[in-house]
Amino acid sequence: MAIEDDVLVIGGGLAGATAALAAAERDVRVRLVTYKQSTLRHASGLIDVLGYAPTDDGPLTNPYDALESLPDSHPYRLVGEAAIRKALAFFDELAGAAYAGSHTDANALVPTAAGTIKPTARYPTATAPGLASDRRDVLLVGFETLPGFDAPLAAAHLEAAGVPFDVRGATCSFPGIRRDDAKVTRYAHLLDVDEAIAVDAGEIGVRAALIEAVEGHLEGEARVGFPALLGDEHADEVRTDLADGLGVDVFEVPMGPPSLPGIRLEDLLYDALEDAGVRVTSGVPVVEYETAGASEDRIDHVVVDRNGAQVPHRATQYVLATGGLVGKGVQSERQRVYEPIFDCHVSHADDRYEWFVDGVFDEQPYARFGLSADGELRPLDADGKPEFRNLRAAGSVLGGYDYAAEKSGSGVSLATGYVAGTHAGEAVDEVIR
Amino acid sequence: MSDADNPTDDASDEFEPIQVFPEAEEMDLRPGADNCYKCSTCDTNCPVAEVDDEFPGPKFQGPEQWRLKRQDDHDIDESVMKCSNCMRCDSACPSSVPLSQMHNTARGEYVENHMSKFSREYVRNRILANYRRLAPLAATFPRTANFVMGLSITRWLGEKTLGITSEREFPAFATETFRDWWRKRGGAKVQNEDQKIAYFHGCYSNYNTPEVAKALVRVYEHFGYEVLVPPQSCSGTPMFANGMLEDARRAAETNVRELAAALEDGADVIASCSSCSMSIRQEYPELFDFEDTEDVAANTWDALEYLRVHEDLEGELEGASVEGFDDFAYHAPCHARNQGLDGQTVELLDVIDGVDAHDVGDSCSGISGTYGWKAENYETSMKIGEEMFDHMDTADAETGLTECPTCSMQMEHGTGYEIRHPLEVLEAALFSDRPETA
Repeated sequence: MAIEDDVLVIGGGLAGATAALAAAERDVRVRLVTYKQSTLRHASGLIDVLGYAPTDDGPLTNPYDALESLPDSHPYRLVGEAAIRKALAFFDELAGAAYAGSHTDANALVPTAAGTIKPTARYPTATAPGLASDRRDVLLVGFETLPGFDAPLAAAHLEAAGVPFDVRGATCSFPGIRRDDAKVTRYAHLLDVDEAIAVDAGEIGVRAALIEAVEGHLEGEARVGFPALLGDEHADEVRTDLADGLGVDVFEVPMGPPSLPGIRLEDLLYDALEDAGVRVTSGVPVVEYETAGASEDRIDHVVVDRNGAQVPHRATQYVLATGGLVGKGVQSERQRVYEPIFDCHVSHADDRYEWFVDGVFDEQPYARFGLSADGELRPLDADGKPEFRNLRAAGSVLGGYDYAAEKSGSGVSLATGYVAGTHAGEAVDEVIR
Repeated sequence: MSDADNPTDDASDEFEPIQVFPEAEEMDLRPGADNCYKCSTCDTNCPVAEVDDEFPGPKFQGPEQWRLKRQDDHDIDESVMKCSNCMRCDSACPSSVPLSQMHNTARGEYVENHMSKFSREYVRNRILANYRRLAPLAATFPRTANFVMGLSITRWLGEKTLGITSEREFPAFATETFRDWWRKRGGAKVQNEDQKIAYFHGCYSNYNTPEVAKALVRVYEHFGYEVLVPPQSCSGTPMFANGMLEDARRAAETNVRELAAALEDGADVIASCSSCSMSIRQEYPELFDFEDTEDVAANTWDALEYLRVHEDLEGELEGASVEGFDDFAYHAPCHARNQGLDGQTVELLDVIDGVDAHDVGDSCSGISGTYGWKAENYETSMKIGEEMFDHMDTADAETGLTECPTCSMQMEHGTGYEIRHPLEVLEAALFSDRPETA
């Protein structure tokens, strides 16, 4: 006997979690099945909608103004501007005080760990005092044991980018860390529990010791930026303590993977899933599906593999949110590019030498590989017909856009997750009635 | 060996395949190591690296160390013994790198080649890993054993002579083991050619918590299953964690042989301990190649999972209520999490009236089997457990619930709560209005 639910979402990243939450807005039973941990752990935690358009050179001031310039196959064109706005509002409601940026349509400019400026629509509250549009001077602080953030280098890059304030970088040792390659979770944990560490005068908490270490580097700057590892479960408290102790505003600079802001966003989403009564099954893959009797176009159930044991899961509606080439929702062999669970059609050239172009930063065809879909986000076969009546797709398993070049990854996941989940939830209601 | 050393065009001989990679005789983990693109997701899941920056984390212990030791001048780093074998990194990896397989083989190699067989650490680890060998003696004189093990002098001696922490109280041995009970009972009460299970009870529910094993028998008989209790050895979990791969191999060989015979008999294998099922399902096929290893792995199930898939368990529980249990603070063991079973207990208890299970979050309990029993790991173990203790404290419950015997020791140690197994609750719910069978 299968494990039964109304909506089954496959994939546990931003798109999958949003789809499950949107479906759960109705009175239906929703389950989310996720295999390995999502790419949110690599993600900056920033919610970008559209940073660059294919037709423009510079960063976009207003992402909504550029939607018209996107190709018809782009997921944003499939769902439309109204749906993108609804999805962002849905996220704002969900994130509450943890995120900022909802007061304007315009992109915010966020300094990154590499000293570049990233245009983005929403950003963690922890990052808010660091925006490049703020004219107050900045001190960036890096740590000797953390090679992922070179504060003086980042400061020099920001100066070169022409930010409207003075920015300096200082490097100090992080109290309590001895090891050269301690994990970011170790830094965060030390701050979270404010672990006592030995100093000359006895023992003090790590937060106080960090304040002491940074104080001497301040030269009247009004705000101090740290790499994004200021606590995990108690991040707000850590930041407030540091700000009070230093007498300045404290902000986090988003880092490369692995990323605490991405982990915190994941926690926020999974707390919301629990509150919404969504059942989560993690650590196991969906490996195949069965259609219902003679109707080849309706999925009856999918099969989850547990170390060789086959566990059937049945639902009325399904959402596929397994990610793209990085998340492995889309995979490739020498001869073909394919979607591994439902074998949905992925459009690509037969000759694999046409999958890429030589210039690394040129327009790469492979970056757009993924499923094409209709307005309800049902994946389409090679003839443009829905592959299944009760399957929708969301997030980077969809093709037709290059999220890395456009800076549109989170926005597409939110918008398509919201639309696919909402339709899936509504379609269950139709069947019940 | 190159082609030149072993020419294939010698027509006089039969075809002999060429050994291209000399190391192919050993376990070849190269494809796994090559899968790693260093995203460090595993490191963010490591409960040890979070509290102890001396530990270099799973990415180093796995693919990086594997590559390093391809060179002749690199030995296995001793830090591999600080890995608690929680296996969280395994289910975290988005690129299917077999991290725990790498850790297990590296640990085995370290113990085999670099740890003195006369050292206190080796002797202590061997004793902890082979608890199954000592338990029968204690079970023969359970009251004496419990008395002696409970003495503070015993615990003091344990720490001084063996490095077993004196902070913990040894679990009590039951006055009657599950297998003794089973024998006295006359074995199975239900005969059914079409529905059989072979129960892998493991050591703990045999010697320490037979009430869990009895609950399993009663629950499965309630659904009409014939229960077999095949001969069995330790699942091997504590042996893997201590790098005692030869001990584990012997135990696994017995288990695979006996469980394969039960499969042949028409039974599926059921375990009530999430580390036992993890071991049989994942570690056996990763580390051993006895005949039927894969078959036994693919047909082994967790006790609740099997009923959910093969019976209408939720339907059966609909409207059932239990008395005598308070609400629970539920901790999903890492080894259940790794099998995708972390949500099922809370989901099932949702259906039963009169009792709720509050999930205390996804942190590790910190004890990881024998890990937290070692004097040098005790502090780390308790630091890891702190998050779980906090969440248990704030949860609206005074009793703990978990599937894993050592997690339950840690939960009890950190909070003083009584800890139960989900099968006990399930039994109470199924038999709530049938006192004659209870």
